[in-house]
Amino acid sequence: MMMTPIYKKGGANMNNVMAIINNALDESFLDKLTGHRSLASVPFGARYRLIDFPLSNLVNSGVTNVGLLLQTKYRSLMDHIGFGKAWDLDRKRNGLFILPPAHIYQANRAYKGDLQNFASNIDYIKRSTQEYVIIGSPNVVANIDYRDAFKYHVENDNDITIIYRELDVFRRDTTYTVINTDDNDRIIDMKVDPKKNFYKKISMQKYIMKKELLLDIIDDCISKGEWDFVKNAIIGNLDNLKVYGYPFRSYAAVINSINGYYKSNLELLKPNVWQDLFLKNGPIYTKPKDEAPTAYKNGVNARNILAANGCSIKGEVKNSILFRGVKVHPGAVIKNSVIMQKSEIGENAYLENVILDKGVQITADKSLKGDTNLPMIIAKNTIV
Amino acid sequence: MPKEEMVAMLLAGGKGTRLGVLTKNIAKPAVPFGAEYRLIDFPLSNCTNSGITTVGVLTQYKPLVLNSYIGSGSSWDLDRHNGGVTVLPPYVKEGGGSWYKGTADAIYQNIEFIDIHDPEYVLVLSGDHIYKMDYAEMLNYHKAKNADISIGVLEVPWEETHRFGIMNTNEDQKIIEFQEKPENAKNNLASMGIYIFNWEYLRKYLIEEAEANDDSAGDFGHNIIPKMMADNLNFYAYTFRDYWKDVGTIESYWQAHMDLLGEKPELDLQDRNWVIYSVNPNRPPQYLSEDAVVDNSMINKGTQIMGTVKNSVLFYGVKVAQDAVVEDSVILPNTRISSGAQIKNSIVGRNVIVEKDSKIGIEAAEENTEAELKITVIGDDEVIPEASNIKAGMVVG
Repeated sequence: MMMTPIYKKGGANMNNVMAIINNALDESFLDKLTGHRSLASVPFGARYRLIDFPLSNLVNSGVTNVGLLLQTKYRSLMDHIGFGKAWDLDRKRNGLFILPPAHIYQANRAYKGDLQNFASNIDYIKRSTQEYVIIGSPNVVANIDYRDAFKYHVENDNDITIIYRELDVFRRDTTYTVINTDDNDRIIDMKVDPKKNFYKKISMQKYIMKKELLLDIIDDCISKGEWDFVKNAIIGNLDNLKVYGYPFRSYAAVINSINGYYKSNLELLKPNVWQDLFLKNGPIYTKPKDEAPTAYKNGVNARNILAANGCSIKGEVKNSILFRGVKVHPGAVIKNSVIMQKSEIGENAYLENVILDKGVQITADKSLKGDTNLPMIIAKNTIV
Repeated sequence: MPKEEMVAMLLAGGKGTRLGVLTKNIAKPAVPFGAEYRLIDFPLSNCTNSGITTVGVLTQYKPLVLNSYIGSGSSWDLDRHNGGVTVLPPYVKEGGGSWYKGTADAIYQNIEFIDIHDPEYVLVLSGDHIYKMDYAEMLNYHKAKNADISIGVLEVPWEETHRFGIMNTNEDQKIIEFQEKPENAKNNLASMGIYIFNWEYLRKYLIEEAEANDDSAGDFGHNIIPKMMADNLNFYAYTFRDYWKDVGTIESYWQAHMDLLGEKPELDLQDRNWVIYSVNPNRPPQYLSEDAVVDNSMINKGTQIMGTVKNSVLFYGVKVAQDAVVEDSVILPNTRISSGAQIKNSIVGRNVIVEKDSKIGIEAAEENTEAELKITVIGDDEVIPEASNIKAGMVVG
C-alpha cells in the first residue's frame, strides 16, 4: 500500500486544492551544489532531493494536482521527478504538471522575477478545476500536514494563510523571510532578509489562497510592473487583504545557505529530528533506484550515521550522512560529513567537515578538513 | 500482438512445504530474501536484464501477496503494451476447471496465453531459486546447438549428486540420459529447473499428454521430458558457472543469507550491471546510533540500529534496541527487538516483537546434543514475551 490519505480531515476537502511549487528562486547561495542543478534537486538526507519534501507533504495531505514552476538548470529535476510516479502523481486526471519558463523565448529576455513564471503558465492555473491553491517552495524541509492549515484557512475566512514557524536560533549566514503577527495571528508585517529588526517567526513559504485571488494578484502586480511573488504579491497586499499566519510546530529546516544546508543534514542524526521528519504524518517519497541493501563489511566502525542503500562500508564513519552507493575503503575515516551518491573514499583517506557532491573520488591517503561552520565542498565528479 | 522470440513461463505456485512457518501465509516465491527482495525478484529481474519482456507467472498456492506484489510489473520494467508480466492462476473453462496438476499441466492450461505471443521458444523457470543468469546467452547456446530442449545445469559436488536430477552428457554437452537422484551418479551435472523448449514441440507433447492420459501428473520431470527423450529429441545441457541456490529448506535459506556477507560475497547484489529489481518499499534511510555496533552485515533502509548486529541480514523497518544483540541471523521486515534480547543462528519472521531480555537460539536444547547447527525460526507476527528462552532449533509459529 502506498499510503492512506484521509482526504477529508475535519471537513477539509483537499480535492478542492491544487498546489504550485515555485522553483523560480535564487539558488546561488548553494554555490557549487547548484552549479549544475536547481535548488529543488539538491540531494538531502541520505536518499532524498529537496523537492521530495514539499511534494510528499502535498500528496500525503490529499492534494493531487501539483504544478512545478521551473526556471533554470532543471534537467536533474526532471530526471528525478519523471511523470511523478513515485508520488502517485501519474494520473489521468490531475497529477503532476511541469510548468516551464515560456518567457525565455520572448525577444526581451531580461528576467524580471518569479511572477513572470506564474504568468507564463497562467493557462494551467486557470484551467485547473480546484478552488484553492497552496503555493510552496522547495527549500523548506519539513513534514507538514496541510489539512489542518487548510481547515483553519477556510474556517477563519482568510484571504491568504501563511504557514510559519517560531525559531529560537537564527543562523547568521542564512536569509529568512520573517513575519510579525498580532495576538490573533494576523500578519501585520513581513520582510524578506532584513538585516536589522528581525522577528522570531519565519515564513515557511507555504501560502494558501483562493485560485481566483492568485489570478487577480498576478494580474494586478504584473500590470503595475511588479514581478516578485513574496515582496509584491504577498507583502504588497498585507494591508488590503486578510492575511493570517498558521503556526507549524514540528521540525522544519529552511535551506538558505551552505552552512544551513550542512547543519540541517547533520541535524537529522538527532533521533527527535528524524522521527519528526520521517515517522510523523506521511512518508517522504523519492525516486526509487533499486539499490541493494547496504553492506557493512568486516572491521567497519559506523556510529551515529544515516545511510542510504547500496553503500559498501569498511572504514570508520561517524556523525555523517551517506547517500546511495557510497564506498568507504578500509582505513578511511569520515567525520561530520555529507557524502553524496556514488562517491568513493579511498584507503586511509581522512575527511572531516566536508560535503562531497555526487561521484567524487577521494584517492588513498588524502586528507580533507573543513571547518564546523564552513564545510569544504568538493564539486560533482571531482577526483581528489 | 507482435511475435515474441521467447516467452518466459515462471512456475510460482509452489507451497514450499519445507520452509515451514515462512510459507504459512504466502507462496514460496513471495518469501522475503536478501534484506530487500522476495524470491521471485530474481527470475523476474533476470528476465528483464536478459531482454525478455513477456513473462507469464503461474500462481496457485496462496497467491494474494504474490499477486499484489507483482502488480502491473512496473517494478521490473515489465509493464509493457505488448506482453509484460501476466499473472496466470488456474481458471474455469467450458467443461469446468481444475487446479494445475503439475508443472507441465500449468503450461498446458495456458497454451492460449503463449499462442497469443506466438513465440519460437518458451523458457520455463521456477520462482524459488537465487541466481543471476543471462537467459539470452542460454538461448544463443540453444540455437547454436540446434537443440530442441536445453536444460540449465550446474556442476555439483559428487557427494551431493544423490540429491539432484543428474544429466549424463556426451562430449558435445548433448544429454543422453537422466538419472533422478541417483545412488551412483555417472555425472555431476544437476538440473537447475531452467528449460528452453522449441514451442512447436513442447506444445505438441503437452497436448498429447493431456489428451492421452486423464490421470497424468502433468509434470515435466515425470511425464513430458521422459517422453521427449524416448522420441530422441535433441536435449542439450547448458552449464551455468555462477552462484545458484535452491532455498527450499530452512537451512539453505539461512545459508543463502550468510552467503551474501563476507569480503567478496558469492552473490553480489550491489552489481549495477545486473540489478535485482524489487517493489522497493519507500522507507527513510537507515539509522545507526552512537552506541550501535555493526559488523559484516547487510542492512536495508528503514532500520534503526541502537544495539549490536553481527553477521546478519536485516530487512526494512527492523529496529534493534540498545543492548540487544543479533548474530548470525536473518531478521524479516518490521520486526522489533527490544533491549537485552539476544538472537543467534535464527530466522525471525515479519512484524515479530521480541520483548526485553529474551533469548532466541542462544542455548542448545537438551535433546539435540549433536554438533550440527540448528536454526531457530520465529514465524510472522509472533510476540516473544519478556525473558523467554527459545532454544536452538525450535520453531515458533
